[in-house]
Amino acid sequence: MPEPRDVAFRGGGFAPTRRRLAAPVAFAVLLLAWEGAGRAGWISPIFLPRPGAVLEALADLARSGALAAHLGASLSRIAGGWAIGTAAGFAAGLAIGLASLARSVGVPLVSALFPIPKIALLPLMILWFGIGEASKLATIALGVFFPTAIAVHAAVDGVPRNLVRMAQSFGVPARDILLKVVLPGAWPAILAGFRITASIALILVVSAEMIGAQQGIGQFVLQAGNLMIPEDLLAGILVLSLLGLAIGALIGAAERRTTRWR
Amino acid sequence: MDLLVEGVSHGYGALPVLDGVSLSIASGEIVALLGPSGCGKSTLLGIAGGMVAPGAGRVRLRGEAPAACLNPLTYVFQDFALLPWRDVAGNVALPLEHHGLGAAERARRVDDALARIGLSDFRGAWPRQLSGGMRQRVGIARALVVEPAVLLMDEPLSALDAQTRELLMEDLLALWRQTRFTALYVTHNLAEALRLAHRVVVLSRRPGRVREVVKVPVPVGERGAPAAAATLAALHERLWALVRDEARDAEREIADAGAA
Repeated sequence: MPEPRDVAFRGGGFAPTRRRLAAPVAFAVLLLAWEGAGRAGWISPIFLPRPGAVLEALADLARSGALAAHLGASLSRIAGGWAIGTAAGFAAGLAIGLASLARSVGVPLVSALFPIPKIALLPLMILWFGIGEASKLATIALGVFFPTAIAVHAAVDGVPRNLVRMAQSFGVPARDILLKVVLPGAWPAILAGFRITASIALILVVSAEMIGAQQGIGQFVLQAGNLMIPEDLLAGILVLSLLGLAIGALIGAAERRTTRWR
Repeated sequence: MDLLVEGVSHGYGALPVLDGVSLSIASGEIVALLGPSGCGKSTLLGIAGGMVAPGAGRVRLRGEAPAACLNPLTYVFQDFALLPWRDVAGNVALPLEHHGLGAAERARRVDDALARIGLSDFRGAWPRQLSGGMRQRVGIARALVVEPAVLLMDEPLSALDAQTRELLMEDLLALWRQTRFTALYVTHNLAEALRLAHRVVVLSRRPGRVREVVKVPVPVGERGAPAAAATLAALHERLWALVRDEARDAEREIADAGAA
């Protein structure tokens, strides 16, 4: 009888895991290399200022109160425009998701208007509402409206019909079915839509402020570029990325709080 | 309360699924509806509870529901249909919330329903944390909480594995001994029908017609006894002969429809 042979291992791989310290170390190395290259004079400070110089510029802005003013202006535009667009988009998406007539009219309408880059509508909004806050709010609201309507519509469609039928079979009134079955079932997908609309609001506020504003992070970044102050320019971009991170974290916290059942 | 199904026919588009089905369920009786897949059993159950509008015929109720009854015709679903964002107690409370009961009465009913099916220790659990058997127990508790006059059960054990099915069947039998509930029990499982039902209604393949109504001559409580074994085995044999031809023809029919 022949000698038995070992069965060779041939599985494994294709299953990457996260190394906990890798990311912070990589970031630190990158920043230190950048800082070192700047100090050694290998990179021109006009071309790309050192991280340290950017932080100093940011600290100066914070001390002078300019940061608070610009950030406040941008935040109030984001909050206002996002709230208006979300409220309207929510109502439209719910109607499209639940009513045949709204669906028949709304789906082609939303599909036709959704692809318009909303920043292209800013001049029209300025014609309608003037150069002040209202035109910026309207542009952001429009940009937020369509993706919200689509996300809410899809989320409502995604609620299993058998749950709705179950509620009906117990005689639960339509209003209660909406509140207790449809909206909770649609909520995770609606929150995922909020992530997208929040980033759209951020893009639009910066664009709108670059086109015409007295204050705001977008205006500040544009002006810093025009005045050739790259430290301020990068400080503004840093603020914007922190803003995006903060909004994402806020939505993530809302997700964790409200979808513990998943 | 008696449930009367009178000459119900139904079709989906040009496809007839039910043809002139009449049957009655008396108070305290469990009627099993047996038939091959696609014979319209679930459609008939939907029509019986007012969830599907019949193409022809009607469904009527005779007599008054018990005073505590909030939803005379109450379903137990094959896929459980639990709200995943509500815990066990919240799912069971759902059908009570729009009735304006006091908080104390609502809590009493939920506690009672959970206790009757052995779920009291699981009231705070999420559906995703439960096994299939426990999920269906939640579905049954949710049905019991409204004190239904007639339970409409749509293959309630089909989504469960064999052991769980057996355990739940024992629970259902114990429940019937306690409360003498009335039920229309849709199944394609002959053994389930013979364990639980007083009468077995055999439907033909599509379009479903009542092929035969078979009374099970052994009281529900005595079906496990050795004395009943021979009777039940003979009945099983007879029903299987009926169902087998229908099932085989139905299977071919579907295969043909798929090829066309």
